[in-house]
Amino acid sequence: MIPDIGLGHFLTVAAILFTLGVFGIFLNRKNVIIILMSVELILLAVNINFVAFSAHLQDLAGQVFALMILTVAAAEAAIGLAILVVFYRNRGSIAVDDVNVMKG
Amino acid sequence: MTLQLAFFYLFATVAIISAVMVISSRNPVHSVLFLILAFVNGAGIFMLAGAEFLALLLIVVYVGAVMVLFLFVVMMLDIDFAELRQGILQYAPIGALIGGILLIELIMVAGSFVISPEVATSSAVPFVEGMSNTEALGNLLYTRYVYLFEAAGLILLVAMIGAIVLTLKHKPNVKRQDINAQVARKREDAVEVVSVESGKGI
Repeated sequence: MIPDIGLGHFLTVAAILFTLGVFGIFLNRKNVIIILMSVELILLAVNINFVAFSAHLQDLAGQVFALMILTVAAAEAAIGLAILVVFYRNRGSIAVDDVNVMKG
Repeated sequence: MTLQLAFFYLFATVAIISAVMVISSRNPVHSVLFLILAFVNGAGIFMLAGAEFLALLLIVVYVGAVMVLFLFVVMMLDIDFAELRQGILQYAPIGALIGGILLIELIMVAGSFVISPEVATSSAVPFVEGMSNTEALGNLLYTRYVYLFEAAGLILLVAMIGAIVLTLKHKPNVKRQDINAQVARKREDAVEVVSVESGKGI
């Protein structure tokens, strides 16, 4: 960790980004694309936390963990968008309210 | 204030402002572009924390691949986004409430926790002196965490196959080559010898 920038600074930025991601899910609850983007924001916040602690504790394991989160997030985005495209083909809409095919 | 701190505040401010724009802009294309800006500034924060490899990976993987995928999907689907924004403020109060509680909790935790001295001295994988971040990370990934690394590759493979299987569509009216049908075809299926009497047609 660079001595000038404390751990708290990183954690605060990550906390604000995480909260904005959660708020974005509530705000755009009809638009799946923006919800996926909010999830990406949340994952970025988590990664900032991992990297900050890794730098603070002089421990590389945190960066390996962040790398794995990056991998899973990329896979999640690809699968999510593929599902979105298939859903749009079938229903002609991406509104979350229309996702009720399996409703009993 | 040192230069590093000034740059940290710059990256943090731009990242937070662009995150706000991601969730509040009217046009999803603008959302994607602001998300790219947020990720680039996140990469700057990573760089300041000393994780150069992850910072550049964030730019290559996210800005180069995932965000282009988002942009592609947003532009490919013909959606009335104005309709999707109707009633957007209906859930804003409860969202703000939950988000506010979460933020206060997170900042309280971030401001008050103490790392125990044992944890601080006993790193699982301590930094190596005189080794760059990329070198150290690569050294670690291919030795100690090699199974984890292969599992990550497997996850990406499964995701790729899944995305292809989900979106592949066979159109019924398009003629395409069917190797099985070609190989299984016999002479009798195709050619017929007809003996025609003279003076008559078939």
